[in-house]
Amino acid sequence: MIEQIVFYLFSGILLLSATMVVVMRNPIHSALFLVLSFFASAAIWLLLQAEFLAIALVLVYVGAVMVLFLFVVMMLDINLVTVREGFARFLPVGITVAVLMIAAMGLVVGSDYFLSDTYMAIKSVGSDYSNTKELGLTLYTQYLYQFEIAGAILLVAIIAAISLSMSKSKVNKSISPEDQVFVKKADRLRIVKMQSESNTKNGESEA
Amino acid sequence: MITLPEVLSLAALLFCISIAGIFLNRKNVIILLMCIELMLLSVNMNFIAFSHFLGDIHGQIFVFFILTVAAAEAAIGLAILVVMFRSKGSINVDDLDSMKG
Repeated sequence: MIEQIVFYLFSGILLLSATMVVVMRNPIHSALFLVLSFFASAAIWLLLQAEFLAIALVLVYVGAVMVLFLFVVMMLDINLVTVREGFARFLPVGITVAVLMIAAMGLVVGSDYFLSDTYMAIKSVGSDYSNTKELGLTLYTQYLYQFEIAGAILLVAIIAAISLSMSKSKVNKSISPEDQVFVKKADRLRIVKMQSESNTKNGESEA
Repeated sequence: MITLPEVLSLAALLFCISIAGIFLNRKNVIILLMCIELMLLSVNMNFIAFSHFLGDIHGQIFVFFILTVAAAEAAIGLAILVVMFRSKGSINVDDLDSMKG
């Protein structure tokens, strides 16, 4: 019973904050509401006994991806007026599509099929059960190859993001050796003819 | 006791909200990226729900890989967004018409 109350509480928070992400005027507020929705869904994942993934969602998403989002939103100078153009114009279309999809998914989810005994095979686990341990045992044996591919994908993403966003201006001050070899005296040295200064003036300045 | 249809309806509602968000905010690339993150979150919730109610750990493994790919996608998407803002001076999707597609 208490499980159900907690579930509905966090579901409400999740749906409300997701709606606020969509309708908020300022992208910074949208990003912060997205953080709230990630927290709410992490709580629901904890209820569904996926403890490792709930913590990973908070650490990876809220800690890294959303901070990246906030950095970019705050770095760019966004014109809020042009960005909001067409919000009212597309409102009927958006709501129509959303209602149609809710109806279609409701037909699937609302059937009695998902209440059958097949989906009631919840393992009753003891207090010494470790979700992280079981996940790791499967991930590092059965899915080792896929795990390494995931690492390669992350490496590619790092390189792509850095090379895309690095500015093209020259960062180091290295000189090319061939230009250095062919340089002439006249390029660097300038001889200026001028009168020598008198001794007394020099003496005064020293004193 | 939570039942499977409750979690599935929650994920479906979340998915529909983000679909509506893509239709409403089609000028703003940042909100579009956030809506894609929300869609991936709702799909992950379905995977975890089935993993819990079928007593099968493999659904959670799949969520793990989806999280990895989504993080990479967000990083590259935001890098493209920064480059676009540098060259165009705006993040409006309508300004991306130089290829006349």
